[in-house]
Amino acid sequence: MTVELAVAAALFIGVVAYAVLGGADFGSGFFDLTAGRDLRGAEVRTLVDHSIGPVWEANHVWLIFVLVTWWTGFPETFAAAMSTLFVPLLLALLGIVLRGASFAFRKYSATLGQARLFGVLFATSSILTPFFLGTVAGGIASGRVPAEGYGDLWSSWLNPTSLFGGVIAVGTCAFLAGTFLTADARRAGRERLAEQLRVRSLVVGLATGAVVFAALVPITRDAPTLSEGLTGRAAPLIIVSALAGVATLALLVRRRYASARLTAVAAVGAVVSGWGVGQYPWLLVDEVTITEAAGAPATLRALLVAVALAAVLVLPALAYLFRLTQSEAWSRH
Amino acid sequence: MTADVLTQLAQFASLAAEPEGLLPARQQMALSLGWHIILSCFGVAFPAMILVLHLRGIRRDDAVALGLAQRWAKVSAVLFAIGAVSGTVLSFEMGLLWPGLMGRFGDVLGLPFAFEGLSFFIEAIFLGIYLYGWGRMPPKQHVLMLVPMTVAGVVGTFCVVSVNAWMNAPTGFRIVDGEVVDVQPWRAMFNDLALLQFAHMWIAAYMVVGFSLAGVYAVGMLRGRRDAHHRLGFIVPFVFATLAALVQPVVGHLLGGDLGDRQPAKLAAFELAETTESPSPLRIGGIYVDGEVHGAIDIPYLGSLLAQNSFTEPVQGLDTIPPENHPPINITHWAFQTMVGIGTLLALAVLLFWLARWRGHDLLERRWFLRFCALAGPLAVLAVEAGWVATEVGRQPWVVYDVLRTEDAATDRSGLWWLLGGTVVLYAAMTVAAVLVLRSMARRWRAGEADLPSPYAPHTGEENPR
Repeated sequence: MTVELAVAAALFIGVVAYAVLGGADFGSGFFDLTAGRDLRGAEVRTLVDHSIGPVWEANHVWLIFVLVTWWTGFPETFAAAMSTLFVPLLLALLGIVLRGASFAFRKYSATLGQARLFGVLFATSSILTPFFLGTVAGGIASGRVPAEGYGDLWSSWLNPTSLFGGVIAVGTCAFLAGTFLTADARRAGRERLAEQLRVRSLVVGLATGAVVFAALVPITRDAPTLSEGLTGRAAPLIIVSALAGVATLALLVRRRYASARLTAVAAVGAVVSGWGVGQYPWLLVDEVTITEAAGAPATLRALLVAVALAAVLVLPALAYLFRLTQSEAWSRH
Repeated sequence: MTADVLTQLAQFASLAAEPEGLLPARQQMALSLGWHIILSCFGVAFPAMILVLHLRGIRRDDAVALGLAQRWAKVSAVLFAIGAVSGTVLSFEMGLLWPGLMGRFGDVLGLPFAFEGLSFFIEAIFLGIYLYGWGRMPPKQHVLMLVPMTVAGVVGTFCVVSVNAWMNAPTGFRIVDGEVVDVQPWRAMFNDLALLQFAHMWIAAYMVVGFSLAGVYAVGMLRGRRDAHHRLGFIVPFVFATLAALVQPVVGHLLGGDLGDRQPAKLAAFELAETTESPSPLRIGGIYVDGEVHGAIDIPYLGSLLAQNSFTEPVQGLDTIPPENHPPINITHWAFQTMVGIGTLLALAVLLFWLARWRGHDLLERRWFLRFCALAGPLAVLAVEAGWVATEVGRQPWVVYDVLRTEDAATDRSGLWWLLGGTVVLYAAMTVAAVLVLRSMARRWRAGEADLPSPYAPHTGEENPR
């Protein structure tokens, strides 16, 4: 494996981690928004606070990891993507700011009125952010970011692949969050709440599956290079993802929530990995390959040092955090 | 005369050639960086102060210290959240606003950011554990969660400031036929300026947080709340602030030591040196118009002494530097002197406090001193902002000094003024919301509430011990 490929792999692991972990946090916004008015929704909102409160900032750092690895390892493609996908990136950024700030503000609001205002901001921005990030992914995957940057300000993200990508991102985030929240609710001993979340997660899962099916033909036409990869090299991953998705639904039906979390993670992780494997060897599809995009070799080697350090320092700490928050003792409010 | 007209024409032409995105991009960056820097100070210095109180609380079984630690932890939860998102804004803006910098030099300057990402990871992970660990972990294990956060604050500061130091003293690459070659990322990361500039900012963070927190309790004492809670809440951050404020002038002086060799235009602007004078005076105040200084107070010799560590060596005059390489002179000069002035004032103030205490006088009994302490936090913030304005505006027209001009780094996208307008509104709203929420937390604590339960949850007996 060449050094630039190793860095690209590390970068893409960051993308997958952000999609799964950050995605589950964003997805909780959907359940927060649809929880119902004040008293009826209070239980869900408290659960959301409790579930994502300790982890969302750590999960958010995966995005920072992706950005810095990208601009350090493959600087010109980073500049090209940022200058082309200017609008959806700004909108995603707005969503990130509003989500994080209003989540913290809501937790410590003095009155119900303030909590409502920050709650609406938190929930809507949690839904919009993955949409815009999905359009960004679609723009890159469908070959709309030119190597020299400054591609079309609008058609680069207002196109079939981007729009379906955005909707699928919102759906998968919500589905992930649903399975986690359902499991959290049961662990906290709230069976009635778990039941309510279970039904909603099933609906979200089925709806997302339907969108994925509907997207197949338009994406095949709109992004031929990606489609070729998805049906070729990445086909096993896509099949794994589909099977894991179906398994998650089945487990939710049978109320096996703890296992459903694992299959949901597998489903989302596999489909995002499928995108990466599918567009290999392109970094910007049809424009720049990973090898062509690579920055200075010394920098790539140094980046691998940073990645190794992350594996040694960050991953164990992250595992510790997740072990604590997913434990019985921490789940009681 | 003709030459003069010609230079003016040339200047005008270069102004006209600026991309339209340059000015709004610079303002956008200044706003988002200036806002974030205050929160990142809290990210860097707050954990250490909470650690001191929490340790004291456990070791001496001190309920007051533990109570303070728990409240500060909740305050830090709010501040860290908005700090995390405003930091993300900067990451995006690096690419959105400055593709000309990131595309060409991303692999030269990027490595420290990768390590900064790691420290941010550590900080966020242990913050999550610490905040939610109250009452859920053994106390001795719980308090340890602050240690990695404090260390990550040091590493993170070094990494971010190292990039800025590189922009001032670029190294670790060569340019051959316009191409960036021979990239040495470790050399770029550990550039000559990195260590001192890091120290300057790291200490500044402790000043900002120390004085701000002490000020909160000084206000409480002014309102007659003189209990153990307020005295401890004042003195712990004040001790941190004292150490920082006394070391800072030394570090600042060392940092500026060879500025005259490195960035003569910046030094000339700091010192308002319109011509090369030997010895150079220290020029306090004043304004620079058309190559002449008006209204400054000159103290002879002191300019050479402070800037060059010499009685005779002059500060190179602005008239020796081509006008197209001048930074905005008045802004740079005033920002620099604001920083130095406030820093000196704060150092003298803490010195006065401890001298008086040594002589048996407690200045906390004096209302004028408490009033000053209430102002010290905002003053420290102002000094940090002024310091960043001084170094950033003073580096103009370069983004990478003597290598890449800012206009060549800025995006060609239009509509940036609209973006700036929207950002101003958003940041103003976030500021108002943060102040409202933090004040309401303080109010509820004063009213005797220990936990601040989410207001949307129904109040039932079984709910939420923490």
